[in-house]
Amino acid sequence: MKTLRRHYLIAKAVFLVALFALPGNLSVASAQLPPTTLTKPSTPERTPGPDGFIQRWVILEPIAATELTERAVQAEVKKNYFPGQFTMIPHDGEKVTVGPDELTWHAVDTRNYNVNLYHFAHALGKPTSDVLFWAVTTINVMHEMHGVRLAIGSNAASVWWVNEQEVIGIYGDRGTVIDDGVSRRLDLKKGPNVIRVAVVNGGGATDFCARFLDAQDKPLTGFTVTVGKLDR
Amino acid sequence: MKYLTLATTLLTSLTFALDGQIGIHDPSTVVQCDGKYYSYGTGGGGLVSSDGWSWTRGTALPRRGLAPDVIHIGDRYYVYVAANIGAQPKAAINMIWSKSLDPASPDYKWQEGGVVASSDGVEDSNAIDPGVFLDPNTRRLWLVYGSYFGFIREVELDPRTGKRINPNDKPRDLAINCEASDLMFHDGWYYLLATHGSCCRGADSGYNIRVGRSRNVTGPFLDADGTNMIQGGGKLFIGSESRKIGPGHFGLLDLGNGVQKFSIHWEADLDRGGASVLDIRPLLWKDGWPVAGENMTDGTFEVESVHTGTALEFAVEGVPVGGRRPRPLRPPGVPRPDGPPTASAGIGAPPNGFGGMFAGTGSPIPPQDVAQVSKNWPAGTGGLRLANYLSQVQQKWTITAVPNAGGYPGSPYFKITIAGTDRALAASADTELVIVPSFTNAPEQLWRFDQLADGTWRITPKSLSGTRTPMALSAIGSSFPTLEPFDASQEKQHWLLKAQ
Repeated sequence: MKTLRRHYLIAKAVFLVALFALPGNLSVASAQLPPTTLTKPSTPERTPGPDGFIQRWVILEPIAATELTERAVQAEVKKNYFPGQFTMIPHDGEKVTVGPDELTWHAVDTRNYNVNLYHFAHALGKPTSDVLFWAVTTINVMHEMHGVRLAIGSNAASVWWVNEQEVIGIYGDRGTVIDDGVSRRLDLKKGPNVIRVAVVNGGGATDFCARFLDAQDKPLTGFTVTVGKLDR
Repeated sequence: MKYLTLATTLLTSLTFALDGQIGIHDPSTVVQCDGKYYSYGTGGGGLVSSDGWSWTRGTALPRRGLAPDVIHIGDRYYVYVAANIGAQPKAAINMIWSKSLDPASPDYKWQEGGVVASSDGVEDSNAIDPGVFLDPNTRRLWLVYGSYFGFIREVELDPRTGKRINPNDKPRDLAINCEASDLMFHDGWYYLLATHGSCCRGADSGYNIRVGRSRNVTGPFLDADGTNMIQGGGKLFIGSESRKIGPGHFGLLDLGNGVQKFSIHWEADLDRGGASVLDIRPLLWKDGWPVAGENMTDGTFEVESVHTGTALEFAVEGVPVGGRRPRPLRPPGVPRPDGPPTASAGIGAPPNGFGGMFAGTGSPIPPQDVAQVSKNWPAGTGGLRLANYLSQVQQKWTITAVPNAGGYPGSPYFKITIAGTDRALAASADTELVIVPSFTNAPEQLWRFDQLADGTWRITPKSLSGTRTPMALSAIGSSFPTLEPFDASQEKQHWLLKAQ
């Protein structure tokens, strides 16, 4: 037992030394490390687990943004950043021009229930603070569904659309909580349904999670998730 | 008439005891028949209500006597009513039954069922004050009775006929020095409730209701200290309160779906000239014991979800109380720190010690002025959401009883408005929630508050177009409420009301 504890303490000390020895500030990513929770999709479609979280998204590299209040976030996400901002179904590698910058959409699968935007941006050497992320995904349902709800959490503020209808907005400096924002009852049409989110982060960690709840508030699982252009 | 007007005014302005003609002594358990509520008291007089809130005089029982009790089994209503058949304690309890309690019904025909228990005037019993109980586990029917002289006794009845199963069986002694007993079952325990103290002395009555429990319907019934009720034990369930004196004659009113109430009479309601009146209150449970809950009263509250800990608010951008506090300035090029700000990082912070942004203003910050803050609110119908409670005006709700809008067992309907405004909470046609610009008395703007077994509240609209399913306010997410069919086991439908 004593030997084990000594090994543990040594390992902890090494870890702490390594952590504080990291150069630079983590909120502005100068180093490009692999995103530990995100991978490039390797299958045409993905199905949710029993808890229903949508784990495949295509995410745009971050855009500068600063404020988290409701009024500011609503104004920020409604700015015209790029053509088709509220309608396009981007695919992996597609580029859009935002001001002077050319930004790229990246398709990701997440290992977890949530999508870690900090990992995403940090791996690309992009800023993680005072930024706006756009993410899009498509769920494909077998038949029309009524009375379901989109249930989301985000760090920090976020605004959500389902099939181009704004359905949720949560604001302020907040952490991701499962089923924090829940939409009113809505209908999903048979076939593809597009979910779009804009997440505004102030500082520190940033991520989001999303799933649908059925009319009994149980996670919806009977659908597939795809990203990329679709025949509509 | 002048007295009645005054009493009604006092009733609606001070308290929310029941409305209407609620004078009664020794009321029976309140029972429902064809959508109406009924109770019968000493003398045979009855009270009837279509909603459990507003009561009127009902039709008297054909057999008049002392402290009736009533139970509904199958298609019959059995009424047990006692009478002295000589000098007390010589008494007998008779049973009568009918298929309806509504005199307008063709089924309203009373039949005599005979004597089910008696006392001979010498034995240690006074066979009055019956309380009848159908065991939900065994479907066996029991009668408890007695009044001070000797014991509270128990005999078994036949649930098919309401009569004594075996008149020769010796009654079992359960308690002493009390009267108006009744039984109920909850979570593996049988509870014997009985009224202690003196009755019939108006505001000088010492009536109070006490309880013991047992794993067996036949006892022994011990109080929380382990004292047997047959030795005078009994944990206090409800005593006199404020301007209501002498509660007695407990009766369980189980509305189903986890909502339980109880009926009593107060020996003297000081706001009604000291009259003996009926009351209905929520029945709560704590640590395996029944607790007398409270009906809703007017006030201003934070409405907080038990499930999420977040509070109901009008969906407008909040303004921090005292105004926005500037965050520490960062010099150009210095990135945002990862951790929370520190005192020493605050504006104006002293080199060492407490101060800066954590020091406050040095004087009390007044509450927000809703007239000022609401200038920026949208004029029309708005949304509702949940958020961390920050003492902001859009998070404070004034709950007010609405006169002449009806009610439910124990309470009138209420309106829920943002404090200091007429903006009212309403159920929308799509079974969601909105804030309308002003209260119009519409049914979807009237709200029912039922205190649940754990002391939290169920909040339901009076009616909702498009559905007949009772819907309750539900914290579907940390930040969003909705209306859903009520399920008492769902924490998201339990709410705390925190007075402001």
